[in-house]
Formats: sequence, structure tokens, C-alpha cells
Amino acid sequence: MSETIIKLENMVKTFSGTVANRGVSLEIRKGEIHCLLGENGAGKTVLMSIVYGLYQPDSGRIIYRGEPIVLRSPKDAIKRGIGMVHQHFMLVPTLTVSENIILGQYPPWKILRQMDKVETRIEKLSREFGLKIDPKAPVHRLSVGEQQRVEILKALYQGVDLLILDEPTAVLTPQESAALLHFLKEMAGRGLTVIFITHKLEEVMQVSDRVTVLRDGRKVETVDTAEVNPRKLANLMVGREVLLEQPPKTGAEGEEVLSVKDLSIDDERGLPAVKGVSFSVKSGEIVGIAGVSGNGQSELALGLTGLASIASGEFRLCGKIANDLTPRELSHLGLAHVPEDRHKMGVVLPFSIAENFILHDFDSPPFAKNGFLRTGTITAHANEMVGRYDVRLSGVEQQIAQLSGGNQQKVVIARELHRNPRLLLVNEPTRGIDIGATEFVRRQIAAQRDTGSAVLLISSDLEELFALSDRLLIFYEGRIVGETPARKELIEEIGLLMAGKSMETNSVTK
Amino acid sequence: MQLLRSIGQIIVRPTAAVAVALLVGGILLIFAGYSPLTAYGVMWKGAFGSMNNIAETLLKSTPLILIGSGLAVAFRSGIWNIGAEGQLYAGAVAATLAGIIFTGLPAFILVPVVLVAGALSGALWGGLAGFLKVRFGASEIVTTIMLNFLAIIATSFLVTGPMIEEVGKFPQTAQIAEAAHLPRILVPTRLHVGFLLSLGVAAVTYLLLFKSSRGYALRTVGISPDAARYAGINVGRGLLAAMAISGGAAGLAGAVEVSGLTFRLYQGISPGYGFDGIAVALLANNNPIGVIFTGILFGALRSGSEVMQMNAQVPSVLVSVIQGVVLLSAAAFGVFKITITNKQNEE
Repeated sequence: MSETIIKLENMVKTFSGTVANRGVSLEIRKGEIHCLLGENGAGKTVLMSIVYGLYQPDSGRIIYRGEPIVLRSPKDAIKRGIGMVHQHFMLVPTLTVSENIILGQYPPWKILRQMDKVETRIEKLSREFGLKIDPKAPVHRLSVGEQQRVEILKALYQGVDLLILDEPTAVLTPQESAALLHFLKEMAGRGLTVIFITHKLEEVMQVSDRVTVLRDGRKVETVDTAEVNPRKLANLMVGREVLLEQPPKTGAEGEEVLSVKDLSIDDERGLPAVKGVSFSVKSGEIVGIAGVSGNGQSELALGLTGLASIASGEFRLCGKIANDLTPRELSHLGLAHVPEDRHKMGVVLPFSIAENFILHDFDSPPFAKNGFLRTGTITAHANEMVGRYDVRLSGVEQQIAQLSGGNQQKVVIARELHRNPRLLLVNEPTRGIDIGATEFVRRQIAAQRDTGSAVLLISSDLEELFALSDRLLIFYEGRIVGETPARKELIEEIGLLMAGKSMETNSVTK
Repeated sequence: MQLLRSIGQIIVRPTAAVAVALLVGGILLIFAGYSPLTAYGVMWKGAFGSMNNIAETLLKSTPLILIGSGLAVAFRSGIWNIGAEGQLYAGAVAATLAGIIFTGLPAFILVPVVLVAGALSGALWGGLAGFLKVRFGASEIVTTIMLNFLAIIATSFLVTGPMIEEVGKFPQTAQIAEAAHLPRILVPTRLHVGFLLSLGVAAVTYLLLFKSSRGYALRTVGISPDAARYAGINVGRGLLAAMAISGGAAGLAGAVEVSGLTFRLYQGISPGYGFDGIAVALLANNNPIGVIFTGILFGALRSGSEVMQMNAQVPSVLVSVIQGVVLLSAAAFGVFKITITNKQNEE
């Protein structure tokens, strides 16, 4: 076996009462790709932020290349050859690739004189590793995948030989992800050590040599990837059997609940985002909308829920033209909406859980009487709902901000499903929540379909679309570029459509 | 636990903030060559030492509580009304006009007329900034500050020109009708029924914010306009209402000053109550019940400082320093936590 590059001993980290790491020990070998797998809140990112010098551990030792080290800042870590690419890129959009890469590395008066030299070196590096990046391009012109490559290039430029990646594929198309994984394998072949934080099982299987599963701040196990399968990993992550795939629809489809004709919607800046789409959703089916995020799905969701105005075309809800209806009128017609951004829209973070349950009904009976809130009824309702939807909390008077993402989403799902909607529009229902909550949320959505609701599911997670949908519409640049059955075998074609590669026929059938 | 923590939030932290401020003020006093104990002793006596001093403290608290309660509504709704000073002047002008014009009316009609005129005028003055915000997206911080200047300068113009008293000697209006005077409640002191009114307004705004459906909507708008739209709440209407309510409360404060204390309008009728009101609301974490206490605190600092200046020769400017440090240490103790997170969510 090859030598150990870094060893963590009994790392403990607490944040004002919450324990993030409860004594994690870990060994990473030189030149391996090591996945750190765990649900949100398992302590992966915190642990790696310690290794990158962002946090100081409460106790525990880091042994790097055989000697104990103390990292006071990321600068310390980079000096020793440890780099990290964060989930959210830390790039300045208006600066060029080169400028971003050398940002903070030289004193300002040296930068201008060094620029030519730097650009040559960056070009050489990017050619050498096949990253295909123009050092003179301003970063805001680059795609998300390219921006990520800039981040990686930045680490390489700094001479990093241990690279930590925090959920790097969350923002990529399947093709971009595949390219990234391929690139990482090649880099590992040249001696770079990669720690890859993820909660996606498929990726672990594809890319890693070994995988360490964290749960609840503790290490569960480190295993050779060759000796496990996704199911085993999921069980290790959650600590019990999980079932992510939902059975397909059993009942027959009913009447058309949502019908969309030539619908166009502009984005916030007034640019066309949805460009003349037509489709329908019938009761008793889940229609999935696949696409790389930013291709008009968000605007579609806002338009269909009365939160953005319709530029042209029309949509009907339960047979009624609904273009100009307000969110409230749509909701009376039978629409329920689980919004994309839970924190910005789905919940009111400083409000209590009980208050969040009445977000749509705060001024109507039984929660309000003569203009005043009826606290008793509101609390009782919240207690009933959290029981039924298995929300883990200490009390419904607690601020919802104190709940985990998964439990917050359960509150949203509970609130929306409780209205027993004719049309349920769910946008990224499981983004950023743990696998246990994901399973629960998906089961609820499927159950709602089985009671006869029409469901429109928007997700950038293909696994999720396959797990839930009955059929798929593929979005690219505001248009529907294909329709396919939701079958995993079609992932290649779907991926191509998502990336805008047109196919011979626009519709894949069986 | 939850309860204990919220009590801590409401009482312990502001108290600690005041203690720190007094300490810092004390050090400043020593440097300036005064005995802090003597100065604070005189100040305390000045604020609470006799029935009359208590009455003067409550008199100064009255406009602060009125304005602070209104601003609590505005700040909870996410609109930064910095214009209470101008809205106070707008209210004072309208109340004076009503008190001068409707001289024939009996007190039980004229007093309400004067107060309502002040509140309406303040609500319109504040509502104007709200309208500019909702209709054109103009920053309410900028417009309310501008409207402050406008109201204060317009008042100066009115009392030196069109509304100047008949005798014409001083830049002030004629006295309002006697029937427009607010009844005194603690004779022989000057304390008037306006103080009770301010307590009532604090209670009503508290119920509005935290117990009513409309308050729920306003707070949702304040925390997250996106969530509010999602919930079917009309965000623009909410902002307009919040602006009108806070302007109305400040206008009422102006009317109460005129009909309870000065009985006429002149330049500089407010020593900056509209600005102190911002601090009063924030220090109370935008809770109108808390505003009663922070309002009395700031009122006491004001009345105590006047006595301190007279009897201990300590410049009353020092009290401005203490008020400033109260706010700074309140920020440091995290009293404004909720307000600050609200602001972040807005972005």
C-alpha cells in the first residue's frame, strides 16, 4: 500500500453547543481519490474546513507527511500544499481567469509586472492537464463548469498536492460531471491526492478508490470502493435500510389538470427565459422536467404559480385560463407549490414552526377570527402536522431556522400537501436535504400522485427524476427539446439533450 | 429554556447595554474632571427625584413611545423609516391649524379632531415616502431623510410667515384654542393624558404586529418579500401601510406635543424625538411593549441631563454620548439580532 499523506486523529469540533465532529479519525493515502460520504450535517464539510485551516479543531491532531501540524488559516494550508474548492465559487466575475488565479498571491505592485509570466504559466498548466481554459477570458463569460476548472487550476497553480473538493458536481450537467471525474482520475494518476466530499452514491462508485462514511459527526467506516455497492453505502450513511426509488404509477391517468400552450415567460431582467413551451399534466401522473438549472425551469415555476407574469401564450388550471391569476387565486383553484428556494420563499426562517404552517391561511378560518390570529388553533394544527409528517423538533414554538434542512422541507411538504391540491408543483424538492428526509419527501409526492393529483416535478437531479417521474420533458434554453419515458437506460440521450446537442429526432420513444 | 432565553433577550441585554454605557460615560466624566457619582446622582434625581421630575421624564417619554411604537411596525415590515422627525413636524403643523381654526368646538370634539389631524398629516407625509418606494422603487431611507428637511424648513417658513401670531413679535403661531388642550393627569405637574395615549398606542401596535393577521402579513413582508408574495400577500400594500402607520404615530406625537405641552407651533418644537425614536425602537428589538421601557429610559436620560447640566454644571451633551454608547453596546450584546438577520434575508 502507498504511504499516508495526511492523518486526522480524534478531531472534535463544536459550534456553540452543536457538535459537528465527535472525534473523527481518518487516513488519506497519497495519490488516492478518497470520497467523504455523508448526509447533510454529518460533518463532512466542517472536517475538511479544518484540514484547510478555516476552522480550528477543539481537540485532535492533524499529521501531515509524518509530522503533526497546526493550520491557522487557509494560507498555512496552501503553503503546505493543501487546497480546497468550495461548493460556492470564490471568483471575481469581472476579473480574468489569470487575475483570479493570482488574486492575493502577489503584492499589488508586482502583479502588473508578473502578468505576462503568469499567463504563460497558466496556459501551460491548463494545456498540460487538458483543462482548456483561456487565461485572458473574464470569468463571468465562462460556464459554471469552466469556472470550476478555474478554481481547480488556481489550486494547481499554487502547487497543491492534496486537493479537497466540496460537492463539486452539484452544479454540473451529467457530461460536465463525467468530464470532471475523468480529469480527477487522471490527476490522481499523476500523484495528486483528492478528497471528494459528496452525498451522491453513484459518484462515489465511479470515482473513488476508498470511501469514508460519516454519520452524525462520527466516522462509520472506511471501505474500499471495490468492495461495496450503492445500497450498502446508503445504509451506512443513514444507519438503516432506505428505499429511494418510488414505484411507478399504478392507477390510470385522469383528466388534464394543467395544460400549457405556447407559453413564454421573461426573467427578472426582462429577457425571455421560457420560449413558447406546450405540455400538459394529467391527474395521477408525475411529469418531470429535466434540465441543467438556469434553462428556464425556475421562471416556468414562477410563471405557473402567479409569481412572474406571462409574456405570451396561456396556461389553464383545471380548464380555467390562469395567466393573470394571483398566487392566492391559483391556490384556491387547487394549486400547491413547493418552491425551489426553501430559505427565500418556502419558509420564513425567523418565524416559529407553527407560524410557518399558516403561511397561506394566516387570515382565514380556522386560524384567524375577526382579524386576530387564533394561537390555540394554530398550535394544535402544527402539532398534528408535525406528528403526521415526522418532523423532528423540540416544539412547534421553536424557530424553524433551528431545524435541519430536511425537517424544514418536511414542514413545507406537509403544508402544501395538506391542501390536497389538484396540481402539485414541486421544484427541487430534495435539494440539500439528507437521504432519510429525501426518501420521506419522495414517498409523500408519489402518494399524492396516487390519490389523483397531477404532479409537475422540476429537478436538476436526474436520479430524482428517474426515481419519481412517469415521463420526462427536457428543457434547454427555455424550450422543450425532447420528451422521454423516465427510464434510467436513456440517461445518455437525456444528458445530450440537456446539453443542447440536438438529436436526429426530438422525441425518444421506447 | 426557550422562555428564559427570550426573557434574557428582552431584559438582560438592554440593561447590560445601559450599564456599559454608564460606565463609559463615567470614565469620560472623570477625564473631563467631574465626579461621575455626583453627576449620575444628580441625573437620577433629575429624572426620578420628585413627583415633578418623574412627570417631566414621562412627558419626554411620551413622543418617544409614540414614535418608537410606530417605527417598530415599520422596521418589522422591512421599511426603514428615518423620517419620523419630519412626520412629527407634519403632524404638529396640522394639529396647530386644527386647534387655531376650529376654536368654536367643545373640548370632547376638538381634542380628537386635533389629534386625528396630526396623525393623518403624519401618515400622509410618511405614506408619500412609502408611495415613492412602492411605485418607483425610491429608497425610503433617502426619501424620508429628504422629507425631514422639507417638513422642518416648511415649518420654519410657516411660523415666520403665513402662520405667525397676530402680534407678530416672535416666530411662532398663535395659541391653539383652550378646548384643544389635553387634560392634565397629575396636577400640579405638566403631565397630560398624552402619556396614557402613548401607552395605548404601544399596546395597539403590539396587538397589530404580533396578534393579528395583518401583523403576520407585515412581519412576513419584512422578513422575506419573496415568501410574502408566495403566501399571496400584497407586498407593496404592506409597505405602504407600514409607512403610513409609523408616519401616523409620529404625526400623533407632534399633535400631542402641541396640544399637551407647547399649545402653539414654533421652530425646533422637537429636540430630535424622531431620531431618538429610531434608537428607542431598535433597542426594544422593535417590540412596542419594549418600546415603553426604552422610551422611558431615553426620556429619563433627557430630563436627567437637563438637571445635571443645571446643578452639576456637566454639559448635557454628555447624555448624547451615553445614548450613543447605549446603542453601540446594545449592538455588541446582540439586542438587534433579529433586526439584523431580517435585513440580511432581504438581500
